[in-house]
Amino acid sequence: MINMMEVQGLTFTYSGAPEPSLNNIMLPIEKNKVTALIGPSGCGKSTLLRAMNRIHDLYPGHHYEGAINLLNSDEQAYTDILGLKKEAEMIRLRQRVGMIFQKPTPFPMTVAENIAYGLRLTGVKKRIEVQEVIEKSLKDAALWNEVKNRLNDDARGLSGGQQQRLCIARAIALKPEVILFDEPTSALDPISTLAIEEMISVLREKYSICIVTHNMQQAARISDYTGFMYLGEMIEFDQTDTIFMKPSVKQTEDYISGRFG
Amino acid sequence: MRLLMNKVFLVLATTAAMIGLFFLAWILFTLCIKGVAGINLHVFTNDLVNGGLRNVIVGQLMLSGIATLFGIPLGMLAGVYLQEYGGNSKLTEFIRDLSDVMMSAPSIVVGTFVYAVVVIPTGHTSGWAGVLALFILMVPIIVRTTDDMLKLVPIELREAGMAIGASKYHVTMNIVIRYARAGILTGILLAFARVVGETAPLLYSSGSSQFWSTDLTSTFPSLTVSIYNLATMPDEEMVQLGWTGAFLLTAMVLFINIIGRYASNKTRR
Repeated sequence: MINMMEVQGLTFTYSGAPEPSLNNIMLPIEKNKVTALIGPSGCGKSTLLRAMNRIHDLYPGHHYEGAINLLNSDEQAYTDILGLKKEAEMIRLRQRVGMIFQKPTPFPMTVAENIAYGLRLTGVKKRIEVQEVIEKSLKDAALWNEVKNRLNDDARGLSGGQQQRLCIARAIALKPEVILFDEPTSALDPISTLAIEEMISVLREKYSICIVTHNMQQAARISDYTGFMYLGEMIEFDQTDTIFMKPSVKQTEDYISGRFG
Repeated sequence: MRLLMNKVFLVLATTAAMIGLFFLAWILFTLCIKGVAGINLHVFTNDLVNGGLRNVIVGQLMLSGIATLFGIPLGMLAGVYLQEYGGNSKLTEFIRDLSDVMMSAPSIVVGTFVYAVVVIPTGHTSGWAGVLALFILMVPIIVRTTDDMLKLVPIELREAGMAIGASKYHVTMNIVIRYARAGILTGILLAFARVVGETAPLLYSSGSSQFWSTDLTSTFPSLTVSIYNLATMPDEEMVQLGWTGAFLLTAMVLFINIIGRYASNKTRR
């Protein structure tokens, strides 16, 4: 077993905040597995996820301590992504660590352009190549059959569930190594949720996945590992079965049995 | 007692609205009656010197159009700076406030300013001076519209752009501005409609000319200034031409406004 990412002793403080929002977090993201983060609102799970591709850095002044190691492409060594400074390095990081947000975020372009846009930024210019990736990504995101005749329509005309799958297609078109999901189904209906969950269990074969979810059943259904967070601390991290069947910390047991949170 | 107050208030408010609408309707009615009477092909094919309005209509559109061509890039860049790059710094707030103050500056003040810094040093009125005056009037409007429209772009969209590896520049140009495109375009149209009907800033800057001209370095034909001049002439025919010009100008502004509103409604849907 190889860890794709390793969060080591991460302490994160928002700009201007007196106290850190994350305290000494440890979290491994195993390769080709799904790791879920659960916990009550405000526990820091999204904050942790957003540190892992440094999307926090869109806004200045936040403070990181510790390390977040990402396995190099040659799988020989790790690079601490908190050491990255140049914009080009950050862009490369975000191409390797993709992210899906809570609300679907289609760009104001056609369905095909939504996917082609990221590709062009990486320097893929050939029309045929772009076409192939569009088709393949949409197939991987289980969206191809629904949109193959609407590739040149505005993506904002798709349904919410379709938009979210388009965002996933857009992320996987860049061949990332890790995909971060930030409550990807909380804005969707049960059927769209099921479609996304099924897709995640397929995507696991190619990518390493970390998902933040409010929904404990969802974590139990789709993840291999689960971390329970509370008030900025990682209370317990273990295999999903262990967390849900016989957690070793009292707080975890209280949370998953619905006694608080 | 409360019911009575309610009734009194309703009556007062309705009366006020009626009075306002009455004068508006009166103005438009008079304008249509007097203006339409003078409309014929002769007006559009002859210059002012021959009793037509061709040169002043073209002149007015050129002045406003060129001011818009310069105003769009500057205003949009400033708006993008305020919303995307400025953050919450003191400088950003200062520029935003300054721009708002400029937006409500009386247009005659702008006209006088241009008179002082361009017309007096060069010794004569010119098209460029008129363009400058209209440009100064319209830039704050475009800044404000761009600023407001970009504010409506969801923050998630910017994050999503970043998350697929787009640089700040690419996110702004390809995603944020494109999302706000229709709103910004509407704002620009409304800004154009605003300046195309201005008289005060042109009075001392471009002046007006009776002859056909596309040379912006000399006194330039202007519809609004011509209306002002024609209205005070003793000659009955000249006054009639003024009415026609006023009618055409109103129709033009109304038309641009309608296009603007239509575009913004379409976006909202």
